[in-house]
Amino acid sequence: MIGQPRGLARALRLGLLIVLAVLFLIPFYLLVRNGLATDADITAPDWTFLPHVLRWDNIPQLFGDPTVPMARALWNSTVISVLTTGGTLLVASLAGYGLARVPYPYANQVFYAILGTLMIPSAVTFVPSFVLVSSLGWISTLRGLVIPTLFSGFAAFLFRQYFLGFPRELEDAAKVDGLGYWRTYWRIVVPNSTPVFAAVGAVVFLGSWNSFLWPLVIGQDQQAWTVQVALASFITAQSVNLHELFVAAAVSVLPLLVAFVLLQRHIIAGVERSGIDG
Amino acid sequence: MLTRLLGPQRRYLWFWIFTGPFVIGLVVFSYVPLLWSITLSFFDARNTVTPTHFLGFANYARVLTDADFIQSLGTFALFAVVVVPATYALSLSLALLVSQLGWGRAFFRSVFFLPTACSYVVAALIWKMSIFNGVRFGLANTVLHWFGAGPVAWLSTTQPPWYWLVIITVRLWLQAGFYLVLFLAGLQRIPATLYEAAAVDGAQPGWQTFRYITFPQLRTTSVAVVLLLVINAFQAFDEFYNLLSSSRGYPPYARPPLVYLYYVALGQGQDLGVGSAGAVVLALIIAAATVMQTRWFGLGRKEP
Repeated sequence: MIGQPRGLARALRLGLLIVLAVLFLIPFYLLVRNGLATDADITAPDWTFLPHVLRWDNIPQLFGDPTVPMARALWNSTVISVLTTGGTLLVASLAGYGLARVPYPYANQVFYAILGTLMIPSAVTFVPSFVLVSSLGWISTLRGLVIPTLFSGFAAFLFRQYFLGFPRELEDAAKVDGLGYWRTYWRIVVPNSTPVFAAVGAVVFLGSWNSFLWPLVIGQDQQAWTVQVALASFITAQSVNLHELFVAAAVSVLPLLVAFVLLQRHIIAGVERSGIDG
Repeated sequence: MLTRLLGPQRRYLWFWIFTGPFVIGLVVFSYVPLLWSITLSFFDARNTVTPTHFLGFANYARVLTDADFIQSLGTFALFAVVVVPATYALSLSLALLVSQLGWGRAFFRSVFFLPTACSYVVAALIWKMSIFNGVRFGLANTVLHWFGAGPVAWLSTTQPPWYWLVIITVRLWLQAGFYLVLFLAGLQRIPATLYEAAAVDGAQPGWQTFRYITFPQLRTTSVAVVLLLVINAFQAFDEFYNLLSSSRGYPPYARPPLVYLYYVALGQGQDLGVGSAGAVVLALIIAAATVMQTRWFGLGRKEP
């Protein structure tokens, strides 16, 4: 008879999980439902699970409407995120390897100087960074949107921790073969470290694609808007075209969701590593 | 200077080839702005980044006596007091529920983790325009209608301040999955032998096991989660800006520190001196809070 309440408890827990999972999925459902509806369907007083007619036309219309800067914004976001991810991976992985493996008597001091920037919240640095970027004349430029964000102490830290655990035998073998630090790094270390590159890359890309405050402050001209800034300009506008707003948001999220599901293993590894056990 | 950096026979050249680009970037884009901002905070820097008029601590006096600044700290405190425990409790509960599953563990983890891919802007859009839309067709108002209640203007009423419900739930939805993953990793590190020993000693599965084994064993994870939650709450900007501002501007209430700074430093006055002073004060507050928190929880002590 002991089995009975246990089984009941398990069923209750599963039921609770299913309810919570449905709640967590509702926002995605709303994004698709409203994105494929007409404004009349969205604002209808009686709730319909799906719009009467699924309007797939909303998607091409979004890109065809010249008054909506969405296509340009998606392109900007893609360029910025790709450059930011590539640049961060390059610069931070080199630094991480240097700190982990190349001898220098003050390497620890350099490492602490990098760790120090992790303690400075972006709340504190965004005003001074804006000051710097505007005095360089980089407002509304690709340079201004990408370069200041490349030097992530967090990414360098993750790479250093990872390379500290890299098997030394592989590097020693390369040394015996006469490879210096540079060629050892590119020929031996990088090809054998794809998981950490995937993890850091996925997290950096996501952060870059979804970031809002920096592009809002730096990308002031409409030509330089990212997806997030363009969406925000809709949200806070006087009158909005609801279905256009939702289809734009859906288009900005769905590719990411697909990549997210596919890369989930790496992203979760990155999140776990970002913890704390370092 | 160069020979000192590179060492005898340029022995340290390779170190700088690897770390140089990063270090230079960090100095230029982190340390220089920081020092510059500290300088600006002592000058009259309205609409200029190269001020000449030295003010001493006048900008600090202005910030610290500015009712809006004090209010923004109050807004942050209220926000953090709700959102930190709520996210902590939700993500830990989800982790416990998911970890006890026999099958479907990866599926549920994915579902709860999925919102992490969403931006605050998109989430705010869904919350503001669909779920908590103040008119009749909003989802929340539709549900209220089913129960016979009238519609609520979620974001534009301050009596009662329903906008807090909207702000808090956005953040809960977006970040619970992230912390769920951290907790799942933490749970996996608890040795199974502890649970076996507890069972032998007669501990009831459920509350007793959680209270005396799981929760204490998760201490490192908990400390890190709370620290991250507080720092992230402190940086809150995206959802406040997108949920509350409209074509008429940002309402006078619910302005967290970053929204305050945004409007002071980049708004109409472009007062970078006062903005920088505010940023420095915030930096000191967050540094003090971090130190206090690590002292309090004794971070650095190893778990047994």
